[in-house]
Amino acid sequence: MTTTKLLKTAGLVAVLAYASSASAQDDSQLVINGEIEMITEVATQDYIGGLKTAYSGWRFRNSDMQAMQLDDFENPAAIAVDEGLASWSKVDGSEGKSCASCHEDLEASMAGVRAVYPKWNEEAGAVMTLASQINNCRTEQMGAEAWKYDGTEMTGMEAVISLQSRGMPVNVAVDGPAHDAWLKGEEIYYTRYGQLELSCANCHEDNADNYIRADHLSQGQINGFPAFRLKTGGLVQVQNRFKGCIRDTRAETFKPGSEEFVALELYVASRGNGLSVEAPSVRP
Amino acid sequence: MKRTAIALAALIGSGTFVSAETVTPDNVVMDEYGSIEASLTGVAGDPAAGAEVMSSRGLGNCVACHQVSALSAAFQGNVGPSLDGAADRWEEAQLRGIVSNAKMTFPDSVMPSFYKTSGFIRPGNAFTGKAAEGALEPLLTAQQIEDVVAYLATLKE
Ligand code: HEC
Ligand code: HEC
Ligand code: HEC
Repeated sequence: MTTTKLLKTAGLVAVLAYASSASAQDDSQLVINGEIEMITEVATQDYIGGLKTAYSGWRFRNSDMQAMQLDDFENPAAIAVDEGLASWSKVDGSEGKSCASCHEDLEASMAGVRAVYPKWNEEAGAVMTLASQINNCRTEQMGAEAWKYDGTEMTGMEAVISLQSRGMPVNVAVDGPAHDAWLKGEEIYYTRYGQLELSCANCHEDNADNYIRADHLSQGQINGFPAFRLKTGGLVQVQNRFKGCIRDTRAETFKPGSEEFVALELYVASRGNGLSVEAPSVRP
Repeated sequence: MKRTAIALAALIGSGTFVSAETVTPDNVVMDEYGSIEASLTGVAGDPAAGAEVMSSRGLGNCVACHQVSALSAAFQGNVGPSLDGAADRWEEAQLRGIVSNAKMTFPDSVMPSFYKTSGFIRPGNAFTGKAAEGALEPLLTAQQIEDVVAYLATLKE
């Protein structure tokens, strides 16, 4: 993908953001590159009390924005994905290794990984996100410095790894040793933070499909993350998105990578168990 | 009438007359149904200023959640009901109560409490994402609440 293409895309932002009111949540089919059929609507598991059907955020976008995700040549995330791809085989750190030194072929080694993260890690004795697993390999395996949790390098790497699971159903485990973290995430999801006293559920469960000023509220699903946001013109890490939503309630946010956000990520992922991994998606 | 009282209070000084003082968020007198009978400032609200507070993103931004036909603000939301005809449904004291702390009228409402300064979980320093420092200001001042109430009182069908 060329820079010209990206610039053209950036020019679209203003138009898209204010395009005539987004088509109310419709029953459009998401088929990427004419071949990968995506599940954008699925019955939730019984443990998700407040939500019967999960819908991908794609379903709430207007048709112009939806179209940008249909074809990888239209998807503005391509540049970040290319960068992630380059860093997969880039040697870094005291051990003189790259990701490829150990994991070899990206497609073969990372297929299906994104679909099951966040996931309990026995050795760490904690739930790990894709980002914390990547940083763990950097510091423990490569002797390299950890990337900023929601920085550009991390987000690009997450995107290229997620791409290897695109179209596969999200399937995070919520029981067993991960259950405590899941419960904590659920509690955070329903807590009304900040001076505006709004919980994730107030907006994304009670009011999904409503408009809050110009914003068409989705269910706040994370199957599309990292997502390319037209508003900022860049790829956004999922916990960075959480941070923005909490900040907008006039609250003190949690930090990306914090125990709270890891728990929240696991819980929110489980609300979308069964939706296809859609990353990198295109969002407002 | 009010103005005379204030002028008199100023003349006579403290003691004899209680001057029209702003009621702080912690001293608001609300009945069991969530109504606030007395003005928060003693100064009549200005409906035009109230319309501005309701439309502006930096102030009340009520149109984020409510549709109001008489306001020209773009992109009015639908999280809450339309406020058209609100004055036919509610008395002034009820409107003052709803705008100050809607949760006392509608338990568990998603509508923010615009005249409240305590009882929050992880309150932030405005929209910075950082922790609040020192005492919180209410989302709207007492006079802005009165202005909004005065505007809502014009919404008759
Ligand atoms: C020296 C070898 C080595 C290098 C270099 C390395 N890893 Fe790993 N990686 C491992 C091992 C071993 C595991 C499995 C053990 C574990 O879970 O920690 C693993 C696990 C992973 C997993 C989880 C896979 C799963 O199925 O759950 C991801 C994702 C990952 N690595 C990404 C990366 C990335 C990205 C890089 C480069 C930035 C990298 N790794 C570099 C050895 C390495
Ligand atoms: C005041 C309402 C509000 C609250 C509270 C809120 N959000 Fe959001 N959120 C939005 C809006 C508006 C958007 C952009 C439109 C959309 O996708 O819903 C958004 C988008 C998102 C997205 C991106 C979805 C996608 O497909 O692109 C995620 C994920 C998300 N929110 C998660 C959360 C979480 C987790 C919380 C609680 C910590 C939360 N939000 C709290 C309003 C809110
Ligand atoms: C986050 C969304 C939100 C915001 C912002 C908001 N409200 Fe509300 N409001 C609601 C909801 C939802 C209701 C319905 C009551 C309930 O929760 O059951 C409501 C109810 C009301 C009512 C009673 C409705 C009726 O019958 O006419 C009034 C009046 C009102 N709001 C005024 C305001 C004013 C004035 C502002 C701005 C200072 C405002 N609201 C800001 C969500 C909101």
